[in-house]
Amino acid sequence: MTQERNPRLVRFEGIVKRFGTVTAVEKMDLDIAEGTLVTLLGPSGCGKTTLLRMIAGLEDPTEGDIYIKGERINDIPIHKRNLGMIFQNYALFPHKTIFDNVAFGLKYRNVNKAEVEKKVTQALEMVRLPGVEKRMPAQLSGGQQQRIALARAIVIEPDVLLMDEPLSALDENLREEMRREVDNLQQMLGVTTIFVTHDQREALSMSDKIVVMKDGKKLQEGTPDEVYNQPNNHFVADFLGHSNFAEGEVVGKENRFVKVRLKDGTIFRVEDTGRFQEGEPVELVVRAQKFDAFRQEEFTPDPEMNYFEGKIRDRSYMGGEVSYFVELPDGTEVHIISMMRTRIYEVGDSVSVQVAPRHCHLLPIET
Amino acid sequence: MKRISGWSLIRLYTILVYVFMFAPIVAVIILSFNPQQFGSFPMKGFSFEWYVKLAGNETILRAFKNSMVLGSLTAILTTAIGIPAAMAFVRYDFPGKNSLNTLLLAPIMIPEVVLGVALLLFIRWLQQPKSFLLLLIGHVVITLPYVLLVVQARLVGIKREYEEAAMSLGASPFQAFREITFPLLMPAILAGMLFSFTISFDDVTATLFWATASNQTVPVKIFGMLRNSISPEINALGTVMIILTISIPLLAGYLSRKFSKET
Repeated sequence: MTQERNPRLVRFEGIVKRFGTVTAVEKMDLDIAEGTLVTLLGPSGCGKTTLLRMIAGLEDPTEGDIYIKGERINDIPIHKRNLGMIFQNYALFPHKTIFDNVAFGLKYRNVNKAEVEKKVTQALEMVRLPGVEKRMPAQLSGGQQQRIALARAIVIEPDVLLMDEPLSALDENLREEMRREVDNLQQMLGVTTIFVTHDQREALSMSDKIVVMKDGKKLQEGTPDEVYNQPNNHFVADFLGHSNFAEGEVVGKENRFVKVRLKDGTIFRVEDTGRFQEGEPVELVVRAQKFDAFRQEEFTPDPEMNYFEGKIRDRSYMGGEVSYFVELPDGTEVHIISMMRTRIYEVGDSVSVQVAPRHCHLLPIET
Repeated sequence: MKRISGWSLIRLYTILVYVFMFAPIVAVIILSFNPQQFGSFPMKGFSFEWYVKLAGNETILRAFKNSMVLGSLTAILTTAIGIPAAMAFVRYDFPGKNSLNTLLLAPIMIPEVVLGVALLLFIRWLQQPKSFLLLLIGHVVITLPYVLLVVQARLVGIKREYEEAAMSLGASPFQAFREITFPLLMPAILAGMLFSFTISFDDVTATLFWATASNQTVPVKIFGMLRNSISPEINALGTVMIILTISIPLLAGYLSRKFSKET
């Protein structure tokens, strides 16, 4: 990379969108760096699609400004923005051939005929569907149609590629394949991409940056690793992966650990991030995958670890791993996912469960 | 056994309904080839006499021409108004949208007599004479609801994403309409035009109020002829009307199927 990348290719400043009395997006500030793939992740109704549609120019922000390449685009109509957009239902023009579909955007860009043909052929090769020029969209499968939609969007060399849940209409196996394809293509072309999804796996596997949204607000933004392993708040921890939560209070510090007393009196040791002080109420988060379960009689406590005892209440196979619900003496249940290579417990077994302090995180109590 | 006899009753009933509906039409067509002055069965022969007479009847030919011109203009005008109106109702929000939509669809529910008299009173109030223009406006009012309904229904089925995709690729809203929405709407537009043409071509009640001596339509002419005498010519004319109103939609259906296969 010899060229300097623009860290603010797309920029939102104080974006607010209201539909009547409903606020869809609330005071959003966001920078998107050139060449990156940024995912807007959140449950339906969190405002992620609205945000995307505002970049596209399909919705007008109620307040705030949107910039692309430093230019304020609020008042530029959609067809002059030079964006590529991919829809959930492909939105290929059903009455036009694949060639005419892909060439559609070039018609408005003064490209001569020979050049159009060359570009369309190239784009179709890029999505690995060469030779389908003469077919109609209905003659292609869902996955193929979405690839054509991708070719149609990249052939115009857009400043930003916008994808609105592009994989959710595909079935499971195809989705994985298309996900990789989109990812590869994005890296190959280096096109700045904004990807909207409610699927955490999609978001975690493809993104350079994830923006987790809820109720029109940005809850956390960061690399997949940051959002997954250092969630800022309860919602992010809960939405990504399988997490266990327990309320407690910081009761002291010891070396590089914070000691937290949970409601049932158990003391948990958590790596100190300096965020919480003695006496503060906190919420403890532990991912279901981070626990190790042992048969009680075979367990020797390690003073460096946190551990507790319980009974297996529920067990279900999830293919490569097993999911358990362990009931503690006070009745609360802990969700544990362990890999199949360790032994499989039966419902009713007494187990000791251990987790390292570095896998425990603290969050502020939300009111 | 009981169930079977029940079904055969229903079957018989259905057949009777169809016989009652179509027997008069069939009778008209058969009697139009009857050479006798007073049509009755059994027929005394077979002739094209009344068709020849019909072809020589100046007033009927003029009425026929009127009907064709009126029907075509109505179809064109109604679709020209109906398409943008349907676009506005389906794609955009504006105050008074529902009331306006109801207002435009109202002519379907209002008896044609009322509509006929109302438009006549309106034109009197404006102190304008009855004219071809009045007839045309009237027919547009009557047929607009059908075009609106057909085009709106189709437009609801055309996902907004098509237009949005076109615009994101650089087409202006008008270009997106011309390139994407309009071709996808074509079947509905054709159907709407056919509806308005056939409704206009067939209309008697309201047209009776609006037509003048110089711009009579075929149905009004037939109505007039029936008052004086029952000429077998009417049978021939009726047959021509029946063939026209049935064959035009069939032809259009065939053409649209053929086109959709080719593209």
